[in-house]
Amino acid sequence: MTETTERDAATADPTATADPTVRAAAVDDERPLIALSGLCVGYRSRGRVVPAVADVDLAVAPGETVAVVGESGSGKTTTAHAILGLLPAGGVVTGGRIEVAGRDVTGAPDRVLRGLRGTTVALIPQDPMVGLNPTMRVGAQVAEAVRRRGVDRRLARAEVLEALERAGVDRPAVRARQYPNHLSGGLRQRVLIAIAIAGHPRLIVADEPTSALDVTVQRRILDHLAGLVRDTGTSLMIITHDLGVAADRADRVIVMRRGRVVEQGTPADILLRPRDPYTRHLIDVAPALSHAGHVVPRFTTVPPAPELLRLDGVGKDFRLPRGGSESGDGGGDGGAGNRTLRALDDVSLTVRAGQTLGLVGESGSGKTTALRIAMGLERPTRGRVYLDGEDITDASWSRLRPLRRRFQLVHQNPYSSLDPRFTVAQCVAEPLVSFRVGDRATRAARVRELLDQVALPASYAERRPAELSGGQRQRVAIARALALEPALVLLDEPVSALDVSVQDQILTLLLRLQRELGVAYFFIAHDLAVVAQLAHHVAVLHGGRIVESGPAATVLTAPAREHTRELLGAVPGQRFAAQLARSDSAHTADGATIAAAAAADADDADAGATGTATATAAGLTAAAARREDS
Amino acid sequence: MLRYLAGRFAQALVVLWAAYTVAFVILHVLPSDPVTLQLSASGADIGTLTPAQLHLLEARYGLDDSILVQYFRALGGALHGDFGMSLTQNVSVSSLIADKLPDTLLLSAVAIPITLLFGVGIAFLAIYVQWRPARVLLARLPAVGVSLPQFFVGLLLIQVFAFSLSWLPATGNSGADSLVLPAVTMALPGGAMLAQLLTRSLADTWGEPYILTARAKGLSRWATQLRHALRNASLPALTLLGVIVGYTVTNAVVVEAVFSRNGIGQLAQQAVLGQDVPVVQAIVLIGAVLFVSVNLLVDLLYSLLDPRVASAARVA
Repeated sequence: MTETTERDAATADPTATADPTVRAAAVDDERPLIALSGLCVGYRSRGRVVPAVADVDLAVAPGETVAVVGESGSGKTTTAHAILGLLPAGGVVTGGRIEVAGRDVTGAPDRVLRGLRGTTVALIPQDPMVGLNPTMRVGAQVAEAVRRRGVDRRLARAEVLEALERAGVDRPAVRARQYPNHLSGGLRQRVLIAIAIAGHPRLIVADEPTSALDVTVQRRILDHLAGLVRDTGTSLMIITHDLGVAADRADRVIVMRRGRVVEQGTPADILLRPRDPYTRHLIDVAPALSHAGHVVPRFTTVPPAPELLRLDGVGKDFRLPRGGSESGDGGGDGGAGNRTLRALDDVSLTVRAGQTLGLVGESGSGKTTALRIAMGLERPTRGRVYLDGEDITDASWSRLRPLRRRFQLVHQNPYSSLDPRFTVAQCVAEPLVSFRVGDRATRAARVRELLDQVALPASYAERRPAELSGGQRQRVAIARALALEPALVLLDEPVSALDVSVQDQILTLLLRLQRELGVAYFFIAHDLAVVAQLAHHVAVLHGGRIVESGPAATVLTAPAREHTRELLGAVPGQRFAAQLARSDSAHTADGATIAAAAAADADDADAGATGTATATAAGLTAAAARREDS
Repeated sequence: MLRYLAGRFAQALVVLWAAYTVAFVILHVLPSDPVTLQLSASGADIGTLTPAQLHLLEARYGLDDSILVQYFRALGGALHGDFGMSLTQNVSVSSLIADKLPDTLLLSAVAIPITLLFGVGIAFLAIYVQWRPARVLLARLPAVGVSLPQFFVGLLLIQVFAFSLSWLPATGNSGADSLVLPAVTMALPGGAMLAQLLTRSLADTWGEPYILTARAKGLSRWATQLRHALRNASLPALTLLGVIVGYTVTNAVVVEAVFSRNGIGQLAQQAVLGQDVPVVQAIVLIGAVLFVSVNLLVDLLYSLLDPRVASAARVA
């Protein structure tokens, strides 16, 4: 506790915050492991250098966990790669100094940097699905990292198994012999962690370690990583777009935007007394932080509405390939019959007109199968599907086709769901063309109207998907889904591929469209915090069965089942609220003091932001107080 | 896996049968008269024979049967390795092939490693080398190799290494040193194509995230490229290699002509010029067997190199 006090004292001193090196030294006698001063990085493009990172000062002390937060394009990954000397082709350090373990490595040759990689600074790369060599056994890939420490080939095997085990990989001896395509995303992430710790590094840089994973897996992985770092005294640098993750895990948070550091400090500092408007914005959009670590359903009362789509006792079995299941994990549970996989079992769902049903579950729980059956793309093995009261279970393609005007789909990944050769206007007009709605002129008018509805400028009509950001692409996909004025839009994880701040914009857009157009949503997600913002009704799917369903207000605030509670507990941002509760009781007898301080602080800021800061502070303190009580 | 193998094997047999049949049909609609050809080969003139004698000859070779009967007889023979008699030389086709095939196979066996060495070596260095001029040179070199006609390269090599330097013999089948120039000539276009494909493939692979993982472990560029990039990049190149090896007979025609070597290529050239239908038919079948078996091998290698292919095959 004394250390915390020291740290807080150091942060309170304004000069210390300005120079992180000094501050880190105040916390710990040792010199910082990493010290960046005035770092500038650019990318060469057509003879010009486009700056990506400008004037970044950053230090990581031994044993410290630092989170770098920012949206995509903010330069956080570029900064991390610059430290390791692993900038992609065209990337150049244009200014400043990089010190690793007290040694100036600015512009050092690859040979020198190579000596530091893996053993001094290890990297856990971004996407676990593609971060491992697909043609090499997992064990061999970990062994390469072990052997970097000069371990003899014969002894390496034991160390590989140990590293895998410490990274939380089950049955390490079996896993070591498998190829990455046999492992689930979570396991692959653990293998990447094993690779990182196998070199016994002093600092681990984790680049978006969990963005591609389910919330529950995400929490388990982050817990595990935090435990490893604590046990071995390793420093950790987490790079994330989610302020909730950062607040939960880090001793210090650094907020980056457009290649610059806009703010840094302890999580409490950043969350309770944000000085920069961008930080305030990030707090607002983090689903859990904006409600003080609680998942708060938006719709507390649900008006009665006619039924639109109903799945009645739907089950689906998939035949497994001969030669047995070698997938090893994930989705394999619930297999009932001979060589079949029961993907769905007795699933009943109802989507009501103008309202949203949120279907929540981890990957492999059967969400996507349910969606495909609802769309008539897959025949259920048992049960019936009704649209507008009409049984469409066995409807032929040609009978279903006119009905497809009534329901449309928005995919998870906007980067791959738009034809790269189509213009935005062509993408949006395609459903109209395919159902022969209107002529050229009316279609063009409809496209303009749709783009306006999804808040894209009309000038974007002639652009191609590659020129748009992820959020803009998802707006185009939504416009396309709305083109035929469907009664129901099926949303397959529509925001999970996007940054937190962009997620918020898309969710707000979806809410507005529902209000204006009265469209119903069948919304699939793995993150309850996202579902809470959109859903009237929630159903929780686990192992192909609905474990809990009902109005959002009931399921999210008074969950009856353990699995629902687990999903709720995995939403990032809550740990911070709990921590705050503990530290509050240590520092200030009354939680309200911080709120008051925050309010006083906020007086200096502009009026609009004041409300936010105060509300957040008050909310977090209130949460802290509640937890104290219980 | 076994089922996959059996399926692929059945497929290969169908391809072989189709190649044989198509060749048979095409060769039999061509305007030529086997009896005339055979007579002129043995030095007799067709004018000296009476129609009755001609008819007797036709009956002896089964040429008076319907085309269908002739087809099935030929197919049955081919299945037993009997391709009939050559029309221009008074020996069986099988013995002609047995005489010529080893030379071509030897040439090919030397040429293929050279192809690999050219292709993989140039591509690997083009990506590995950091010094920009060398990098550009290595990346452009294969384009030159692809665009040079094979016969021209052969003549050029003869001019330099046989005539000017007198290091190696220009022609003939005698000794190991007579293999060098033909093998290099045969390997060059394939090697250049392979280098082009592999350079691009390696460059793409170099941008994959798992390369970053490997580099972040502290592996050297050499180790990363050798252990992580090359194997993944070699998958598309493997398909091309299959095609290149499959073209051995075609390549042999040019190379064996330029270097006056014995072999299947030379035999093919003579047989086509002399309208020796049974020989051409047999060579077509040999080419097809080579093509099919090499591609079968490539498919199997694919599943060895890439475990994802192996699982896909198991599901299929």
